[in-house]
Amino acid sequence: MEEKIEKIVESLGKKNIQAEFKEDPLGTEMILNVGPQHPATHGVLRLVLKLDGEYIVDAVPELGYLHRGKEKIAENMTFLEFLPHTDRMDYLAPLSNNTAYMLAVEKLFGIEAPKRAQYIRVIVSELSRIASHLVWLGTFAMDVGALTVFMWCFREREKILSIFDLVTGVRFTTSYARIGGVAQDITDEAIHAIREFIDNFPKELAQMEKLLNKNRIFIERTDGIGVITKEQAIDIGLTGPNLRAVGVPRDLRKDEPYLVYNELDFDIPVYEEGDCLARYYVRLDEMRESVKIIRQCIEKLPSGPVKADEPKATHPKKERIYTKMEELIHDFILTNFGGTPPVGEVYHAVENPKGELGFYIVSDGTGYPWRLKVKSPSFANIQALPLMLKGYMIADLVAIIGSIDPVMGEADK
Amino acid sequence: MTKDKILEKLTNFFKEDIVEFSEFRGELTIVVKKEKIVEVCKFLKEDPDLSFDYLVDICGVDYYREKDRFAVVYNLWSLKNKFRLRLKVYVDESDLVVPSVTSVWSAANWHERETFDMFGIKFSGHPDLRRIYMPEDFEYYPLRKDFPLQGIPGSIPLPGREKVKIQQG
Repeated sequence: MEEKIEKIVESLGKKNIQAEFKEDPLGTEMILNVGPQHPATHGVLRLVLKLDGEYIVDAVPELGYLHRGKEKIAENMTFLEFLPHTDRMDYLAPLSNNTAYMLAVEKLFGIEAPKRAQYIRVIVSELSRIASHLVWLGTFAMDVGALTVFMWCFREREKILSIFDLVTGVRFTTSYARIGGVAQDITDEAIHAIREFIDNFPKELAQMEKLLNKNRIFIERTDGIGVITKEQAIDIGLTGPNLRAVGVPRDLRKDEPYLVYNELDFDIPVYEEGDCLARYYVRLDEMRESVKIIRQCIEKLPSGPVKADEPKATHPKKERIYTKMEELIHDFILTNFGGTPPVGEVYHAVENPKGELGFYIVSDGTGYPWRLKVKSPSFANIQALPLMLKGYMIADLVAIIGSIDPVMGEADK
Repeated sequence: MTKDKILEKLTNFFKEDIVEFSEFRGELTIVVKKEKIVEVCKFLKEDPDLSFDYLVDICGVDYYREKDRFAVVYNLWSLKNKFRLRLKVYVDESDLVVPSVTSVWSAANWHERETFDMFGIKFSGHPDLRRIYMPEDFEYYPLRKDFPLQGIPGSIPLPGREKVKIQQG
C-alpha cells in the first residue's frame, strides 16, 4: 500500500502541473453560442461566449444577420426616396430617424425648415424617445422577471402610436419628415391627444417605478451588474443613455443644439455608476425630461407653414403643381432626378433614443447621394458589450444585453 | 476652441503631412498623408488643448477615379471642447493598406472591420480584421462602385438550394 502511494507521489512530482493548468485538462472552459435566434438578444444578435463554469470569460458579438445594405440602396435613389428606409433602421423610433436624416439632407442643401415644422419635429422626436424607452423598459424588466411592467409599458406605448396615427397617418413606419419640413401639419385633435398623454404619463411612469425601484429582485439583478468604467466607455465609443450612465454628460441636444432645442429648458440626467441600474435610471429620467420638452413645445408652437418654399430642393405643394407650370416642372425634375445639392460632404448627428445617430453624406452635385454613411448608435453600443460582460455570470447576460438597448435593424443597417 | 487654433497646432507639428483642409457648411475636413494617420490621431487625442478623445465613426468612400480611388474618413469629437473634426486619408487602389488607429481608440476596431468588409481596405496592425456584416467566404466588396446594386448571382449561396439539388439528383 505504502509503495503504491509513494509511486503516485513520485509520478505527481514529475508532472508539470503548471502546464496542465494552462491547457485546462478538465475542460472547465466552455464555448457557448447564444443567438442569433434567442428571445433575450432582442433581435438577431449572436454572441459567442467563453465560459468558466457559470462565469463569462470572453464574449464575441457577431453582426450581420439583418444586414440589408441600406447604404448601397441609398446610393441608388434620390434623397427623398431613401426616407422610408430610415424608418426601418431603428424601428422603435422611426420618427426621430426621419428627422435625423432630413436634417443631414437639409444641411447639404443649405436650407432650413420653418419654425413650426421644427417644433413639430421636436414633439414627434421626443414622443418617439418615450415610445422607444418604454419598449426598452418593458423588455428589460421582463428580461429580469417583472412581467407586469412589460404590459403597462406597451399599454402606454400604444397611446403614443395612436398619437402618431393622428399626426402622421400611420402608426409605425411613419416617413413623416420631408426635405425642408414635415409631410403635413399637426391638427388640433392631435395636439389635444398629446396634451392628454403628457398630463397622464408621469403618473403612469410613477406607477411603473413603484413596481421596480424597491423591488428586491430587480435591484439585485441590476445593481453592480455590467459595470463599465468612464475611461473604457469613452475609449470604446459608447453612446447615448449608456454613456450618460457612466458620468459623461454628452447629449447632442445640448452639445450641438439642432432644431429648437436651444430654446427649450431641460436637463440631461447623468449617473456615475455605469451599471445596469444606472442605465435604467438615466432612461427613466429622460422620459420625464421628454415630457417637459413636449409640454414647452406645445405651448410655444408657432403658426405658419410646415415646409420650406425651396423649389430646387423640395417638392412644392400639390395644389400648386396642378395649377402652375413652374411648379409642375420642379415636381417632375425633383421626382425623377432629385434636387441639385452643391458638391461637398456633410455630417449631421442627432440624439436618438439609442444615442448619436449621424448621417454622413458625400454629394457629387446630383440628386443621388454619392455615399451615405449611417453612424448607428447600436453598433457602437454592441461593440462595448464584451467589456460589460466579462467576469459576470451567464444569468446576467440577459440583463446586460437588455440594459444597453440594442436594435439590430440599426446596428446591421 | 476654434478651427484656426486646431489648424495652427496641426500645421506646427505636422508640416508636410497635412495635404489639404477644407470647410463646408461649417465642418472642418483635414486631409492627412496615409502613413502619418496614427501619429496625427495620437497627437489630436493626447494634446491637452485639443483632446479629441472620442472617436465617433470611421467609414470608407469610393470616389471611383484613377488616382486616390478610396478615402477613409475619421469622424472625431472632443468631449472637452464639444468640437467635431473630420480627418481623411486617400488610398490608392494599388496599395489598399492603411495603418490602423485601434491603438489610439479601441472604438476603431469595428469601424475598421466594417470599412474592410465594404471596401476591401486593409488596416495594418488591426487585432481582428474579419468581415463584420458579410459572410467570411464572400469574395466581393459590396460598397465599391463597381459592385452592382442587385449583387452578383451565385456569390451568396441561398438557403434551401442544397435540398433542391438532392431532390433533383
